[in-house]
Amino acid sequence: MEFNPATASSKECLAYYQAKLDEEAWQAKKEGRLVCWSASVAPPEFCVAMDIAMIYPETHAAGAGAKKCSQELLDVAHGKGYNIDICSYARTNLGYMELLKQEALTGAKSETLANSKASYVPLPDLVITCNNICNTLLKWYENLAKELNIPCIIIDVPFNHTMPVQRHNKEYIADQYRAAIHQLEEVTGRAFDYDKFLKVQEQVQRSVYWWNKVATYAGRVPSPLNGFDLFNYMALIVCARARDYAEITFHKFADELEAKDAAGQYAFGAPENEKYRITWEGIAVWTYLGATFKGLKNQGAVMTGSAYPGIWNLQYTPGDLESMAEAYTKVYINTCGPNRYEDFMNIVKNAKSDGLVMHLNRSCKQMGLLNQEGAEYVNKMLGVPFVSFDGDQTDPNVFSQAQYETRIQALCEMMEANK
Amino acid sequence: MRTYAELIAEFKNIAENPRKAMEAFKAETGKGAVGILPAHVPEEIVHAAGYLPIGIWGAQKKAINKARTYLPPFACSLMQSVMELQLEGVYDELDCVIYSSLCDTLKCMNQKWHGKTPVIVFTHPQNRKIAKKAANVFCREEYAIVKAKLEDILECTITNKAIQNSIAVYNENRAACRKFCDVAAEYAAVVKPAERHAVLKARWFMEKSKHTDLVNELIAALTAQPAPKFTGKRVIVSGIMLEPTELLDVFEENGLAIVADDLLHESRSFRQDVPEDADALMALARAWTDFDGCALATDADKPKGRMIIEDCKKYNADAVIVAMMKFCDPEEFDYPILIQEFAAAGIPNLQIEIDQESTVFEQVKTRIQTFAEIL
Repeated sequence: MEFNPATASSKECLAYYQAKLDEEAWQAKKEGRLVCWSASVAPPEFCVAMDIAMIYPETHAAGAGAKKCSQELLDVAHGKGYNIDICSYARTNLGYMELLKQEALTGAKSETLANSKASYVPLPDLVITCNNICNTLLKWYENLAKELNIPCIIIDVPFNHTMPVQRHNKEYIADQYRAAIHQLEEVTGRAFDYDKFLKVQEQVQRSVYWWNKVATYAGRVPSPLNGFDLFNYMALIVCARARDYAEITFHKFADELEAKDAAGQYAFGAPENEKYRITWEGIAVWTYLGATFKGLKNQGAVMTGSAYPGIWNLQYTPGDLESMAEAYTKVYINTCGPNRYEDFMNIVKNAKSDGLVMHLNRSCKQMGLLNQEGAEYVNKMLGVPFVSFDGDQTDPNVFSQAQYETRIQALCEMMEANK
Repeated sequence: MRTYAELIAEFKNIAENPRKAMEAFKAETGKGAVGILPAHVPEEIVHAAGYLPIGIWGAQKKAINKARTYLPPFACSLMQSVMELQLEGVYDELDCVIYSSLCDTLKCMNQKWHGKTPVIVFTHPQNRKIAKKAANVFCREEYAIVKAKLEDILECTITNKAIQNSIAVYNENRAACRKFCDVAAEYAAVVKPAERHAVLKARWFMEKSKHTDLVNELIAALTAQPAPKFTGKRVIVSGIMLEPTELLDVFEENGLAIVADDLLHESRSFRQDVPEDADALMALARAWTDFDGCALATDADKPKGRMIIEDCKKYNADAVIVAMMKFCDPEEFDYPILIQEFAAAGIPNLQIEIDQESTVFEQVKTRIQTFAEIL
């Protein structure tokens, strides 16, 4: 049956557009157009304006984690010399890249690749990276470019040790945007399409608007939005914010949430099922998404806040490169401690959360190493209790369900005592 | 003229007693010291203020206790040690410390300083090749911030001329250190790995013109005699740093001489001069964007492997030993590329782990011994 966005649910849209993006990348490959692998918060505006198909390794790795097939890709990376202490998104992707590279070199699909449940995506012709969420993305993409001998576009978004964002910082990023445009003209052999670029920027703003709109539903009490759903829908704000796919899906999702709220249906059904509201800090534990969700649900704890999805709150003025530079650099984890903790506190406040669940993610030093300070700040300002648990985004060997459940239980006891 | 042994004893004394070196500097100049955290901090600006830039590289065999409260176990070994020492107040006599933001761990560490001294944080640009001009402008601006903050904290004025003079002092020191490394390779039968390290480590705790003089004196003492024949194997080491001393002794015990290094703690800090520029801060910025071959300096071309392989030829090295700082992801990312390049060039190589907390070295001893035997 043909897909009809007008009648499809947001969930159906999400699945459909995710698959469609991969198909489009294959189609581009077939037609001799370029495919670019991109960091999740790198600006896609430039490549999309030049009709380049985009693939997002972080989302791909998260998908592999959720499908419980990241381990075999991690093993491939380990075999290539990647230390098990490296970010598991990077290892999953570099393992996957190695399988694709071997396929391209030999013409034969390895058994691991043929049997992998990870989405089958084409190798890139170029990569684009941006360090607004971590410097790991610089090292990871260096290696992709080196291994595949392809161009690497770098958008270096320097750490904001001083906030607000300094003028020289914005100017440097805007200059790099111009350098990226020049690089793309060289790679494609075509003049940059400034008209389309403006349209793509406008599209990104509409996608971001609806993404932000969806997140506001978690501010309602009780919340019609199950915050964990954001982890799933996030795939489109990452992979399709420069297309109308994200806008269509999020608009629909917002309408559904509005209708749910009007009908008195909430994240856990009846309003009394929402016993506690928590903010989740850090990336999801993709390999145990169900277990982490259920651990909260069993206690009646709805996730109403998370700083992570808010990273894609990339609001700027289309046509203004410095405004776009500021949007991409002021991501909370790319800012100094005081700004970062304040942003985090505002998320907790807007989410009307009673407690914080801090994911001490072994893969993510950038988030994990200031977890304690962020939580302590929120606790001091708002009196909200917090717990921390050990986990990892896509390496299944770190998370312990027993530890997680005990910590969640402890948090619920503290939240209960606070009532 | 002092002998080689006497001079090495002095270098070792300085390398092992940074506090004493700092106190001597203070007594002599009446000025204080500024802590220089890893990595690639333009310490010429501090030198230009007349203060002693003093390297902060953790400590050997330091047990990590208090730092556990503030850092998860997956922060790198070096920063665990730095955190432990700052909690103990070891750095409190410094006038301030300067932190770069070159990796994810540094970006967090520079936001959670628990010492009593003020902290200056700056960010290097990383789009150093394709957007070089813009990166230079940005970098210069960040260095100007460092300068302004230093002037404020130290209550002094740092002139362009003073920075230029300091750049000249530093370039002279860099040249002396490079020359020493070459001489140490030639005199591999004399210069033990731990001695080579002490000469280069002392650099972090001395006013650079004094270090230059001492290094030149050492070179003169060494080269006064012809180089005896070295019968062991010649290796190049790569990584953040290679300590503790016991580890270097394992090299010696197994007949391995370090004929060149690609360590952040050593050659990466002096293998390239700062270029000439009427604007001293711009000269320092250009040095950063010209610089190559460090895991912390982004370059999609990844020239590090090529550079080490060239050094293998230049120094007639038998092998490369990668000293991997525990939980240092930038270095860990370079390793899979390096081993492919070493394999293609037919260079034997070994990876050992650097954990500043380690007190037992049996495992690494066995690994180096086995490796030395197959060379």
